[in-house]
Amino acid sequence: MIAGELDDLYQDIILDHSKNPRNSGYLEGATHSAKESNPLCGDRISVYLTVQNAEIIDFTFEARGCAISVASASMMGQMMKGKSVAEAQHLFKQFIALINGLDVAEGVELKELQSLSGVKQFPTRIKCATLSWHALQRALESGGIEVKTS
Amino acid sequence: MTSRSTNPFPIKQIRSDFPILSQKVHGKPLVYLDNGASTQKPIQVIKAISGVYETKYANVHRGVHYLSQVATDEMEAAREKVRSFINAGSEKEVIFVRGATEGINLVASSWGKANLTAGDEIILSQMEHHSNIVPWQLIANATDAIIKVIPIDDSGELEMDVFRRLLSEKTKMVAITHVSNALGTIVPLKQMIKESHDTGALVLVDGCQAAPHLQVDVQKLDADFYVFSGHKIYGPSGIGILYGKETLLEAMPPYQGGGDMIDTVSFSGSTWADLPFKFEAGTPNIADAIGMGNAIDYISTLGLPAIIEYEDALLRYATEKLQAINSLKIVGNATEKAAIISFVMGDIHPHDIGTILDRQGVAVRTGHHCAQPVMERYDVPATARASFALYNTFEEIDYLAVSLAKVQEIFG
Repeated sequence: MIAGELDDLYQDIILDHSKNPRNSGYLEGATHSAKESNPLCGDRISVYLTVQNAEIIDFTFEARGCAISVASASMMGQMMKGKSVAEAQHLFKQFIALINGLDVAEGVELKELQSLSGVKQFPTRIKCATLSWHALQRALESGGIEVKTS
Repeated sequence: MTSRSTNPFPIKQIRSDFPILSQKVHGKPLVYLDNGASTQKPIQVIKAISGVYETKYANVHRGVHYLSQVATDEMEAAREKVRSFINAGSEKEVIFVRGATEGINLVASSWGKANLTAGDEIILSQMEHHSNIVPWQLIANATDAIIKVIPIDDSGELEMDVFRRLLSEKTKMVAITHVSNALGTIVPLKQMIKESHDTGALVLVDGCQAAPHLQVDVQKLDADFYVFSGHKIYGPSGIGILYGKETLLEAMPPYQGGGDMIDTVSFSGSTWADLPFKFEAGTPNIADAIGMGNAIDYISTLGLPAIIEYEDALLRYATEKLQAINSLKIVGNATEKAAIISFVMGDIHPHDIGTILDRQGVAVRTGHHCAQPVMERYDVPATARASFALYNTFEEIDYLAVSLAKVQEIFG
């Protein structure tokens, strides 16, 4: 049973994303970026976006963090490319709901992100899963100005 | 030390004294290895604290009534236990504070304001806990004093030659840990204090990690100030000690004003109470001060030499066990260490290690341990830390090693 919860948390797909993060690195010419950090564990994440006509056309991130935070950022990036800013913000809300064990709005395709739902059994790790998402949200809200929080 | 052969360490009895240790966590027996952050409390301390509230409680140093006298006597008896525990010369030198952090803030603020001027230097080390960095930054900002930092070498020891170069007649204060909370390193304190005094600097020692594991003798060390917390020596949280040499404390202005710290108050001016009360404004944490005294009783009954011998054996055993694990690297390999092993495992983030261990009932600390400069020094974002106490067992260390194998299994 205990192993079950751990297996839920560290599914193969999560481990794969954490070891081989997609869209990792600095994005030349990004229009939006933001950093977030978790002072509890020292995790740091930066997201870079190129937004044109309210559409996210490119995304990268740089992370120094645990398996959950890196996998979440990697999966998020895959989902975000090609989304409108409004769709991205809607997905942000749905992902936060998923991680907190709340209902996700109907018709929302979470795809691989669904694999992170095991995090809800680990309250101390929710911040890890949501760190990159808060960075994304901040980047979109910042109107292109780099924002740093700690 | 012959105590072990003639009188084996009563580990079974000790464990039964700590009620919290018998519980299960996530269905597994609790293995509590986060003692560097805070220790658990024996039933003797828990009962003593509830006993204060049941039969001995009133405000102290005030009333003429019976209970006020009882509470005052108990609290002052606790002060005497602390004095004896660190071999201070006088009870006047033992000030109850909320914890080590408040003790350092008190000295930085009170002593600092009265003694620091622009260009004066404060020496800290790279292995300090944030609580022995930030109060000095605050007072340095306020006085234009300058902070200098003793670096750490690869093994986790202080670079003593750099320390000697940093020391000068500009140095007014050396604030240094006795034992590193992130690395376990025991600092060559006596030597550093002597050299600091030779150049005219005072020394404040952060004794948080030393007090539960080493015999502290502030007179032998010749420390000017020494701080530690009750909750790390099996006592309650919210209570700690600032030791200071009487002459220094006498010359320092009060840190906070209020009741208990005054001699007379009038609107034309007030005068201060004698030591130690000058630095104990307001109603103190009476029950926890008494509880801290009981924690010292608990340690004294077992005897620090026996505790030190037992914990040394635990540390050696754990070091061997952990070193044998593939990909595990211990951060901090000083020759002299106490009760702490910080480690990393390849690319596996310590936070993931912590979660997997937790699900097996093993409590370790993961993160930067409030010592971010140490993490920077070793270029790691965080470490996992197993820290031991007198109630840990060799079997628990075996179980830690088994649990770490599970980490490797998951991360392949």
